[in-house]
Amino acid sequence: MKNFFKILLLTHFLFVVSLSSNAAEKVEYLKTDWTFKGLFGKFDRGSLQRGYQVYTEVCAACHSMKYVSYRNLAEKGGPEFSVEQAKAIAASFEVKDGPNADGEMFTRPGKLSDKFVMPYENVKAAQAANGGAYPPDMSVLVKARGGGANYIYSLLQGYEDPPIGITLDEGVHYNKYMYGNKIKMANPLSDGLIEYADGTTASVEQMSKDVTTFLTWAAEPHLEARHRMGFKAVVYLIILTILVYFSMKRIWSRIETEV
Amino acid sequence: MSDQEYIPKSKFGKWFNDRLPLLTLASHLTDYPTPKNLNYWWTFGGILTFCLITQIVTGLTLAMHYIAHADMAFESVEHIMRDVNYGWLIRYIHANGASMFFLAVYIHIFRSLFYGSYKSPREIIWIIGIIIYLLMMAAAFMGYVLPWGQMSFWGATVITNLFSAIPLVGEGIVTWLWGGYSVDNPTLTRFFTLHYLIPFLILGLVVLHIWALHVPGNNNPIGIDVKKPSKDTVPFHPYIVIKDGFALLMFMIVFAFFVFYAPNILGHADNYIEADPLVTPAHIVPEWYLLPFYAILRSVPDKLLGVVAMLSAILILAALPWLDTSKIRSAVFRPLYKQFYWILVADVLILGYVGAMPAEGLYLLIARVATAYYFLHFLLILPILGLKEKTLPVPLSITEPILGGSPNLATAKNKEKLNN
Repeated sequence: MKNFFKILLLTHFLFVVSLSSNAAEKVEYLKTDWTFKGLFGKFDRGSLQRGYQVYTEVCAACHSMKYVSYRNLAEKGGPEFSVEQAKAIAASFEVKDGPNADGEMFTRPGKLSDKFVMPYENVKAAQAANGGAYPPDMSVLVKARGGGANYIYSLLQGYEDPPIGITLDEGVHYNKYMYGNKIKMANPLSDGLIEYADGTTASVEQMSKDVTTFLTWAAEPHLEARHRMGFKAVVYLIILTILVYFSMKRIWSRIETEV
Repeated sequence: MSDQEYIPKSKFGKWFNDRLPLLTLASHLTDYPTPKNLNYWWTFGGILTFCLITQIVTGLTLAMHYIAHADMAFESVEHIMRDVNYGWLIRYIHANGASMFFLAVYIHIFRSLFYGSYKSPREIIWIIGIIIYLLMMAAAFMGYVLPWGQMSFWGATVITNLFSAIPLVGEGIVTWLWGGYSVDNPTLTRFFTLHYLIPFLILGLVVLHIWALHVPGNNNPIGIDVKKPSKDTVPFHPYIVIKDGFALLMFMIVFAFFVFYAPNILGHADNYIEADPLVTPAHIVPEWYLLPFYAILRSVPDKLLGVVAMLSAILILAALPWLDTSKIRSAVFRPLYKQFYWILVADVLILGYVGAMPAEGLYLLIARVATAYYFLHFLLILPILGLKEKTLPVPLSITEPILGGSPNLATAKNKEKLNN
C-alpha cells in the first residue's frame, strides 16, 4: 500500500516535471498577484470592469472578441455590470442586422444578446488595416498562449528599444516577451492613456493587469463556478473515500489478509 | 463457468433464467473467485471501465452540441464552453478524461508486464488488450482533431501524412483518408464519425477482455496458479468491489484536480487558436500519451522505416507472450527481470520526454539509444533472460508459504534448510 502511493507520487512527479519542462520558456515572465489563481481564486470585480474599459477604449480598435456577448458583462462571475449598464454598453454599438422585410441590411443599436461588435468586417480587412498582420481575436487569447495570463501581462510591458545589432523593419517593434522578439503591434499602453471610471491611476502596469484579468475571464467565463464546484467535489470525494476505506477494512477483516 | 449451477429462488426468476440466464451471469460475476492477494495495481481494470463509461457519457452529451464542420467546429466548442449549461464541465471531463484513461491504461499495461499476466494461459486477454489500446490511440487522436484548433489541424496533417510513406499506394491512401487533397471538412466529418464509433468497438472488446479473463481467472502478485474457489480466493463481491471502489475514488480525486484546477495543463495552448492551413505552429507535438511513439517515429531517419518502427513498437507487445520464455510469471521471483523491467519503465519515460523536445542534437541521440533499447528489451533480453535467469523459489499457494512451486525445487529446499 505504502509502496503503491510512493510509486504513484513518483510517476505523478515525473509527469509534472516533464510537462513543465516541456512548457518552459526561455524568458521569465513578469508575475503579479492574480486573484483568480488557487483553490478559491475569484476575479477582482473592479479589475474586470477597468479591464473592460481598457479593452473597449484601447484594444477593441483592432482586436475582436467574437465569442463574447454583451449579456456576459452582467453575468455572475464576470465583471458584473448591472443589467442596465450592460444594456447601455450594448446600445452604444451599431450592429448590422437584416435582411428586413424589404430585403435590405440595416444597422440598429446593440442588444444584450449580441456578440461583441468586431472592429473589422473580416480577417482580410483586419490584415489590410494592420500592415498584413491579423490582430488575433481576444476571446480565448489567454488560453491560446503558452504563458497564459503572465504572458499577456508581460507582453504589454515588454516594449523596449531593440538591443544593438538588431534592426527592425518598418512597422515592426521590439518586445522582449514576444516569441522571436518582433511584434507588429505598436506599444498600445502609456501612463495615463485612459481615465478610469473609478478613479484608479491608469499606469501601464495597472492597465496591463486589469486588461489581462478581463481577458482571462473572457477566455474562461465560468472559472469561479469551476473553482467553487471543484472544492465541493474534492471535499465530497475525500470524505467518501475515507468512509469507503473503513468499510473496506471492515469487510476484509472477515478474512485474515492485509488490504 | 462457476462449478455449481445457480438456481433462482423465485418462480419468475427461474422462468426468466431458463430463457435468458442473466441471473446466472450476475451470480457468476458476484461469486467470481478472485485471488485474495491482489494488490492495488490490480484495481486499474475497474478504473479503466469507469474511464470508458465516463468518456462515452460525456462524449454523447458533447455530440449533442458539437458541429462537425470546418467552419463551425471551433465556434461550437466555444459555444459549449460558454453557453451550454455546465458545458465547460462536460468538456473538461471529456478532455482530461482521455489523459486519465491513458494514465490508467499505462499503469494497467505495466502491471501486466511486471507480474507476467500476459503469459499462458492469458495470451488472448493480453492480445485483446493490445487491440483495445490501439483503438484507444485512434480514438484519442481523432478526438483531438475535433475542436479544429491549430494542433488539431496540424496533428492530423502530420499523422495522416505518415501513410504516404507506404511505397506506390501511399499518396493515394492519404488522399483517400483525407477525402480531398488536404486535411479539410471531409476529414473532420469522417474523424467525427469514427471517433463516435470506436468507443463502442472498445466497449465490445472490453466485454471479450473480461470474458477471456474469467476463464482462467486473475493472475496475482506471486503469479502462481490458484485453485478456485479455495482458501486463496475471495468472492468478487464484496471484497474486490469495495477495494476497486476505494481505488477508484482515489483516482477520481486526481481526476477532479485536473478537471477543476488545471483543466488545460495537459493540452497544448495552440489548440485554442482556430485551425489555419496557412500558418504552421512552431512545434507540432502530440498529446503526452503518444509521445514515446512519436519519439520512436522521429528517431529513424527514413520516413517509411520510422513508421514501421513506430507500429512495431506497439505490435511487438502482441508477441510478448512468446518472446518472454520464462515459465515464472511474477517479477517478484525473477531478480534479473525485475531490474530490466525498471530499466524499461525508465526507457519509456525517457522516450516520452524526448518526444516532446525538438528532434535535434542530444535529444535525437537520446531518442535513438532509447528506441534501440526498447526493441532490444523485447527481442533479445526477454527471450535470453527466460532461459538463463536463476529464479527464486515460488510458493505453492497464497495462504501457505510452502515453497516448491518453482522448477528449481531443490535449491529452494536447500535455502529453507539454511535458513533454519
